[in-house]
Amino acid sequence: MSIWEYANPKKFMQTSAWALPWVAGLSVVTLVMGLIWGFFFTPDDYKQGSTVKIIYLHVPAAMMAINAWVMMLLASLIWLIRRHHVSALAAKAAAPVGLTFTFIALVTGALWGQPMWGTWWAWDPRLTSFLILCLFYLGYIALWQAVDDPDTAADLTGVLCIVGSVFAVLSRYAVNFWNQGLHQGASLSLDKEENVSDVFWLPLVVCIVGFILMFLALVLMRTRTEIRARRLQALLTRERIA
Amino acid sequence: MIALLTRDLQLAFRAGGGFGLGLAFFLLAAVLVPLGVGPEGATLAKIAPGILWVGALLACLLSLDRIFALDFEDGSLDLLATSPIPLEGVVAVKALAHWLVTGLPLTLVAPVLGVLLNLPGPGYPWLVASLAAGTPALSVIGAFGAALTVGIKRGGLLLSLLVLPLYVPTLIFGAEVVRRGAMGVDVAVPILLLSGITAGALALLPFAAAAAIRVNLR
Repeated sequence: MSIWEYANPKKFMQTSAWALPWVAGLSVVTLVMGLIWGFFFTPDDYKQGSTVKIIYLHVPAAMMAINAWVMMLLASLIWLIRRHHVSALAAKAAAPVGLTFTFIALVTGALWGQPMWGTWWAWDPRLTSFLILCLFYLGYIALWQAVDDPDTAADLTGVLCIVGSVFAVLSRYAVNFWNQGLHQGASLSLDKEENVSDVFWLPLVVCIVGFILMFLALVLMRTRTEIRARRLQALLTRERIA
Repeated sequence: MIALLTRDLQLAFRAGGGFGLGLAFFLLAAVLVPLGVGPEGATLAKIAPGILWVGALLACLLSLDRIFALDFEDGSLDLLATSPIPLEGVVAVKALAHWLVTGLPLTLVAPVLGVLLNLPGPGYPWLVASLAAGTPALSVIGAFGAALTVGIKRGGLLLSLLVLPLYVPTLIFGAEVVRRGAMGVDVAVPILLLSGITAGALALLPFAAAAAIRVNLR
């Protein structure tokens, strides 16, 4: 029993069919719990008022936007090295989800920034690098769509994902250098004294777990769709030849 | 490799190879900006570094799809791929040819456009230095993007979408060098970082681009 068994599409479909309802159900439960807890049962911040509650959407979405790219990078590497089709399809499936999370993070950030910073948008390092991440997602998805042959598309997007990762990190440090911005620093780190207080922290952690599960569920679902689409394509091709 | 370089250069200079195209675009962009922003010297002086760098970047972008597309269409890319030179070397030479045709002339013309945009005096040497250090990175990154999209019909727009985010660090550091130079502040850090990006891109990206070409020729 090794993890590579899941490279077999049949095995993957079996296991994911079993796992998907659980992951999806758990994500709904944790998200409903975390969001209701966060929205209705936490006090208002003494400076920010009730706008602080957008944190329960903003922070998990932003975290998952970055983690989705990391997952795509790992899946692309597995595809390029070991050539398991499921992994290439998982990377393809994760990209639109990551893009959506990036949008959620940008939009909720703008909604929060308007009353708090007095502006929808500022050329702050974190905001700028998220905009650039958004462009990377768009380019990646566009390349998948532009190439007809699925294996060629998987190879090219895999190479793009690796190079893009390096440049995404470079851009992150470049914009840091360029402008010291408005965005607050990390307040969830495990190793720091001054974190956000427990009243806000606990529901936030529940929301983060909910977002992780939601991401997993969406990627599983989309990967299953991709595998079915690939099978359908194979059947159609076989019929045309016969 | 030298034969390949001279061949690419000859193709670019002769028969509408688009040698002047990038330069003309750069010139137009630099002329259009004051028309749009207004003729106040102080404003122009402030935005000149950014405008010149963005203009150079877009002018570079304009001619990227020529790096491989023509050779791919007439089949000479297949011959180059089977030639004794490693494909990585071919990519590097092609990027060098692209730089000699666009990046180098842009670097040489930029001070003239700096005058049009009222760039402050101490900025000129740094403008030339930053473009000289940064445009090779633009050519190599562009060659990588062109390698990814070589098999795609009408890949020009896709190419820009793929390459522009990759250009971000180069643009930031390049414009920062000129801005600091124009203000008379120390420029050592950004120009070192800019050269670092160029060196890293020159060393690594030909391999990625060659891998993409192999996939596209399969």
